Amino acid sequence: MKSELRDLYQEVVIDHSKKPRNFRKPEGANRSAEGVNPLCGDEITVYLKLSGDVIEDIGFQGAGCAISKASASLMTAALKDKTKAEAEALFERVRSMVSEGPSGKVDPEALGKLAVLSGVWEFPARVKCATLPWHTLRAALEGIGAPVSTE
Amino acid sequence: MRALREVPGRLDVERVRKDFPILQQEVHGKPLVYLDSAATSQKPRSVLDEVARYYEEDNSNVHRGVHQLSERATQAYEGAREKVRRFVNAAHAHEIVFVRGTTEAINLVSQTHGRTRVRSGDEIVVTVMEHHSNIVPWQMLCEEKGAVLRVAPMDDEGTLLLEELERLIGPRTKLVALGHVSNALGSIHPVRRIIEMAHRRNVPVLLDGAQAVPHLAVDVQSLGCDFYAFSGHKLFGPTGIGVLYGRSELLEEMPPWQGGGDMISSVTFEKTTYNKLPYKFEAGTPDIAGAIGLGAAIDYVTALGLPAIGAHEHDLLSYATEALPKVPGLRLVGTAKDKASVLSFLLGEVHPHDIGTILDREGIAIRTGHHCAQPLMRRLGVAATARASLAFYNRREDVDALVAGLHKVREVFA
Repeated sequence: MKSELRDLYQEVVIDHSKKPRNFRKPEGANRSAEGVNPLCGDEITVYLKLSGDVIEDIGFQGAGCAISKASASLMTAALKDKTKAEAEALFERVRSMVSEGPSGKVDPEALGKLAVLSGVWEFPARVKCATLPWHTLRAALEGIGAPVSTE
Repeated sequence: MRALREVPGRLDVERVRKDFPILQQEVHGKPLVYLDSAATSQKPRSVLDEVARYYEEDNSNVHRGVHQLSERATQAYEGAREKVRRFVNAAHAHEIVFVRGTTEAINLVSQTHGRTRVRSGDEIVVTVMEHHSNIVPWQMLCEEKGAVLRVAPMDDEGTLLLEELERLIGPRTKLVALGHVSNALGSIHPVRRIIEMAHRRNVPVLLDGAQAVPHLAVDVQSLGCDFYAFSGHKLFGPTGIGVLYGRSELLEEMPPWQGGGDMISSVTFEKTTYNKLPYKFEAGTPDIAGAIGLGAAIDYVTALGLPAIGAHEHDLLSYATEALPKVPGLRLVGTAKDKASVLSFLLGEVHPHDIGTILDREGIAIRTGHHCAQPLMRRLGVAATARASLAFYNRREDVDALVAGLHKVREVFA
C-alpha cells in the first residue's frame, strides 16, 4: 500500500471505524447536536452529559466514512471527564494537526491516540471528514439547536 | 463493396484517446483512469482548439457590430445553434436557447412557463430518480404558487413504475418533468411512452437530457417532448454552456426570463418590446466561445457516430456489469434492463468516500456521495454510493483497473 494511504488508514483508524467506541446515546445526556457533511451525506449526532463545565459522559451516533467515524470515536474516548475549555483546546490542536500537518504548531505525539489522525492532512478533501465530529461537539457544548454543516 | 461501407463504424478507442490530451497523464504516479464522465466529460483537442481559435481570430460581441469580427462571431455563434438543432433534430433553430447548463434551462422553464401556468392546487409530476436540479426549481415554484409536487416511484432495480406514474397524471397536472437517463443509476426511462401518457391528458413534458445526449441519439420531434434540456460540459464541450429546446408555440407564449441587452427589439422608458425567439431568452452577452465549443463537440460526436459510441459503451457496460460483482462484497445499485454506462455500487461496509480516496491514489477517478439525488438515496436506503461512469474514450482496461483498485480497498479494510 502507498505510504500516504497507510498514514491515513492506520490500523487504529480502521479499528475505530469498524468498532466505534461510545457509539450510543449516554444515559442522562442533556446536550446534543447534529452535524452533516452535505457533500457526502454524512450525518452524526453527538450527545453530552454535561455537569457544570465537565463532560461526564459523551457518545455519538450516525453514519459516515471511516475517517469521520474514527475521529468521532477517538474524540469521545479523549473527552470523558474533560472540561469545556479543555475540549475546545483539544479541538484546536486536532484541527491544526489535520489541516496544517507538519508545518503546523502541533506535535501529534502530544495528542495521544488522536495522533493516528495525523495522516489526514495529506488528503485535503478528507479534512472535513475528520473535523465534522468536533464541529458537532462544539455545537453541542454551545447548545446550538440547528444542525451544523461542514459547508 | 457498398455493403461494407454501410456497416456502422467500429470505434477505435486507442485512436479516440489520442484526441483527449487530459487522458495522457499520470495521477499519483499511475496512468489516469477517468471514470467520472457523468459528472463532467473530458474535451477533445478539436473543442479546445476551436475555443482558442475563436478567441484568437474572431472574438467580438454578437448581433451588434457592423464590423467584420462581429459578423464572424455572430456567424459562428448562430452556426453552433444550427449544429445543436440538427443534433437533436429540432424543427427550427429558434427553438434552441443557449443557457448556462441544464440547471439554468430547467429554472428558465420553471420561472416562465411554470409561473404563468401553475396555480394553487395544481400539480407537477417528477420521479424519485431526479437530480436535485429537476426537483428544487419545481419545489420553489410549488412553494410560491401553493402547488403540489407529485413523485413517481421506481422498483428496487431502478426501473420507473409506469402505471404508478400514469396514475399521478391527473386533471390538476400542469407538467411532467423527468430525466431521460438517471445520473445516479443509469436507468434509461421509456420517455416516448411517458410523453404519450402525458399528452393524452394534454400535459406538457420536460426532459432533463443531461445524461442522455452523451450516449443516445435524441430526436425531440420524434419523441414529441415539449422541452429538452442538456449541458455542454457533459457532451464533451466546455462548461458554462447548455441548451434549452422548447417547442415554438410554448416558447412564444412564455414571458421573458431575464431582462437586458439582446432580448429586446426596442426600449423606451414607457414600453419595451421583446425580441423574437430565441433572443427573448438570451439577455446579455452570451457564452459565445462556449456555444462555439459546444458546436465543435457536436461535430466530434457526430463524426464518431452515436451508433458506434453506443455499441462501444454497451460492450463496456456489459463487461463491467459482469466484472464488478465478482469483487467480494460488491453490490451494484441500479440494475434496470435499459441502462446507460453508469455503475453505482456499494462495497461491503466500506463507505464510498473511503473507496474514492483509495481509488484516487491508484489514479482512478470516480464519484462518491449522493450524486445530487438525495431523495433517491433515501429511497434506496443508503447515504451514498460509489459511481463509475463510462464514456466512449474508456476501454476494458479501465474496468480492469477499477476492479484491481477495489481489491486494494478490500485489503485496506480487511
